[in-house]
Amino acid sequence: MTSTGQKRSLDRTPTTLSTPNPRRLPSSVALADEHLLVAAAKSGDGAAFEELVNRYERKIFRLTMNITRNREDAEDAMQDAFLKSYAHLQTFQGDSRFYTWLVRIAANEALMRLRKRRPNQFSLDEPVEGEDDLMPREIETWDPSPEQRYAQTEMQEILNDVIEKLEPDFRTVFVLRDVEELSTEETAKALGISIPAVKSRLLRARLRLRQKLNQYFRKGESN
Amino acid sequence: MNCKGVIRELSNYIDGDLDLAMKQELERHLGHCEDCTMIVDQTKKTVEIFCDSAPVALPRDMRARLHEALHHKMKEKLT
Repeated sequence: MTSTGQKRSLDRTPTTLSTPNPRRLPSSVALADEHLLVAAAKSGDGAAFEELVNRYERKIFRLTMNITRNREDAEDAMQDAFLKSYAHLQTFQGDSRFYTWLVRIAANEALMRLRKRRPNQFSLDEPVEGEDDLMPREIETWDPSPEQRYAQTEMQEILNDVIEKLEPDFRTVFVLRDVEELSTEETAKALGISIPAVKSRLLRARLRLRQKLNQYFRKGESN
Repeated sequence: MNCKGVIRELSNYIDGDLDLAMKQELERHLGHCEDCTMIVDQTKKTVEIFCDSAPVALPRDMRARLHEALHHKMKEKLT
């Protein structure tokens, strides 16, 4: 019935909401020369590796911050991810993008710290939940372009607030799939869970975030 | 397909992972169900908004610590 797909391409039709944001670029076209930098770094060019760090440091920090929700842990996880990727660069085979490989390392570093800090609250191994709790509540009309109602910093605060309240196992899957744009398979591999578990958690994460954003985006809501 | 079916297939639908027959069945339901149409549109919007959020710049001191650690590692590798 369904295919697991490779890279996610969001099917945007039909929609009654605003048109896609033109700032968005598919991750695959963002850095066409990545493999050249990786090859140079592998042959000992430190400047080439530093260029890779310059390119990805903000995204990797966003990832580790999104997973850990703790600034100190996020910084440590980011730093260790870059240092480990440098130390193990020779083992990178090039069968995926360097960035995907780096994301996998950073996600594991962040998860390790999250588990340490919240040992009883986080388990990616738990079984896939049933469907009884899926039906959304609070179905209200949203403004056609809700993001235009808020200034950029205000919007960032809203996104931080709603993602922070998401359960860590749902949040981690959502961040890898929908923010970092890893495929279902890459996400499953990075987290060591099954494809059905990724899909189940992603669906729940998306539904819960929609519900949490409802209070900010519903029509007539004043900011 | 009923509302429950739409919610179950929601992620597959917005990711473009549904086969044609299932996609058409789901869209037939959306044609007459206002609530499901809103949920589908709003969930797509939710994903787009998070996907579009730009990473913030690293604080200068944090960036300095990262690059210092990196330079240290590079020197270590050379010696």
